[in-house]
Amino acid sequence: MSKSYRDGLPISPEKFVDQLMRLKRGSIGRREFLGLTGLGIATAVMARELGIMPTPAFAQEGLGDRMSIATWPNYHDPATFENFQAETGVAVEVNVFGSNEEMLAKLQAGASGWSLFVPTNYTISTYKKLGIIEALDMAKLANYDGSQEDPRFTGEGTIDGVTYAVPKNWGTTGFAVNTKKLAKPMTSWKEFWDTAMAEGDGRTMVHDYQLTTIGNALKYFGFSFNSLKPDELAKAEELLLKVKPHLFAVSSDYQPSMRAGDAWMTMCWTNDGAQLHRDIPEIAYVLGKEGGEIWTDFYAIPKDAPNKPAGYALLNYLMNPKVAVREHLANGAPSTDARVNALLPKEVLENPILYPAADLLKPLEFGAAATLTDPGRAELMARFKSA
Amino acid sequence: MRSNVLRHNLLTALLLGPATAWLLVFLVLPFVAIAVFSVGERAPEGGYQAAFTLAQYANLPARATAFWNTMVLAPAGALACLLVAYPVAYYLALRAPERWRLILLALVVIPFWTSLLMRTYAWMYVLGGRGVPALLAYVGMEDVRLINTPGAVLLGTVYGYLPLMILPVYVSLERLDRRLLEASADLGATPISTFLGVTLRLSLPGVMTGFSLVMILLLGEYLIPTLLGGGKVFFIGNALVDLFLQSRNWPFGSAIAITLVAVSVVVLLAANRISTRLSGARRVDLI
Repeated sequence: MSKSYRDGLPISPEKFVDQLMRLKRGSIGRREFLGLTGLGIATAVMARELGIMPTPAFAQEGLGDRMSIATWPNYHDPATFENFQAETGVAVEVNVFGSNEEMLAKLQAGASGWSLFVPTNYTISTYKKLGIIEALDMAKLANYDGSQEDPRFTGEGTIDGVTYAVPKNWGTTGFAVNTKKLAKPMTSWKEFWDTAMAEGDGRTMVHDYQLTTIGNALKYFGFSFNSLKPDELAKAEELLLKVKPHLFAVSSDYQPSMRAGDAWMTMCWTNDGAQLHRDIPEIAYVLGKEGGEIWTDFYAIPKDAPNKPAGYALLNYLMNPKVAVREHLANGAPSTDARVNALLPKEVLENPILYPAADLLKPLEFGAAATLTDPGRAELMARFKSA
Repeated sequence: MRSNVLRHNLLTALLLGPATAWLLVFLVLPFVAIAVFSVGERAPEGGYQAAFTLAQYANLPARATAFWNTMVLAPAGALACLLVAYPVAYYLALRAPERWRLILLALVVIPFWTSLLMRTYAWMYVLGGRGVPALLAYVGMEDVRLINTPGAVLLGTVYGYLPLMILPVYVSLERLDRRLLEASADLGATPISTFLGVTLRLSLPGVMTGFSLVMILLLGEYLIPTLLGGGKVFFIGNALVDLFLQSRNWPFGSAIAITLVAVSVVVLLAANRISTRLSGARRVDLI
């Protein structure tokens, strides 16, 4: 996956120097003047907004020319959106979030501007209750085939027989370790937290996300990942406050720090673990033997989506197994769709990061809806972050 | 005559109209909304639910750490900024050759054309493992960590707000009557006592303006601690972002916002007072 720094540069170094020398001599064309001052773009935007210039001819009827999606860090193959644009003329703007709370907050405030987003299983019932998401019109999702989905992962998308969300992929929440820096083999959350205060001092990251950070602190004591019991939460808080001064960061975007070698250990989702291990083999992915989280991420459409036709079109596109298989190869999370699994190469299907052994999967818990809105957990997280 | 006055008044109203409307819609109305939210309750799933209670204000101690961090780190950051900015402004105003001055000033301002977010991101890479620590590893210093430390936050703060400090100090130094410096020297003052007694004293209005400007911005800062501090150093700005964007407790967030505004106003008035006293009879307007 090595990539030249030159890839994607707007201008080659030679051209840049050439341009610079010409400008130094005082020669500038009309086109360059417009480009340099931004007047060109401003004019084009104005012209389009005012309807002077028509939108590109290749735009598909009724889909518009842009939409935005809210999703997780490092979660898609960028080529997917480029191909979608080439096919439909709709440019996709990607918004990245660190927690389901953040997504919910934006949607509750209104005018999020998203036409598609990626909520996690345990949030869907709350979205439905608040009337934020749309009952999906399955006629517009010809590529989706419910009979091919693994029911263990897809149940929470359907409420009272109505489908509000369709699955993207499932996964687990464990931790990633740079074994060159932290050689001691680890198998449990207890070791994760203890190491964070010892050899991993100043090099450990936890999520900026109450569900997993509090949940995995609860696992230190063997409590349920979803506990709302005040005495159990108090013990988790005590641990978190003790660990806080030893942490490198509280952030859900940990790949850059792990790749740069600044962080040596982090709470980690399957897909990030698979990506990190693929590119940097010494980074291992560990599931705590006490348990932790198992999850499914879904696609849903907000009721106030500004471009619903494009939201449906992109969702249908993503449900095409041929498209989905590339998404899974890029993001590294296991699929819920048997049609996609049939297309995945053997080494992916046998990757223990994606498909952990049964005894590791068994103690894992799906997140519980109550944790999303519980004020006690929210305040605990705030106390931890401000400590 | 009468119609002239009328026309004059009409013109004034026309000229002031847009700004007044703007402030009304985008400053006064949101402020009223925040004040109303702050006496409300958090709805069960988050957000706002109408009520009349002072419970949110009673809960303020729950964010005491964040308030304390802000109250200590904002003045400290502004002071660090001042210590770096003053020599630069002094050089620009009193020592730099005339023909270079404009260019040097432009160099101070140009980074401001790029957004603070971009510039802070750049620091993330400079201080991150593939930046300076990688260079240090070459000379044998392994595993040095610079990013996500209080030092990195301070560096980012000073860098981000430096121009805002340099410019007001520069302006006050530039207006300084050079003959006073000569007079001070003629009367036997050493360069140091001239600097302390004349230069520094007369530039105090600029210093206080810059200091207040940077401090006000730092009171609401949340970007730099998040990006360069790893989200570990918690400013009141971070607490606000969390309350609105994570735990969705709008009423409590509103109460904190109102308190922050109140505290800022008090701090500003105090600064105004101090600077008026320091610079003798001359009044300095900071607000």
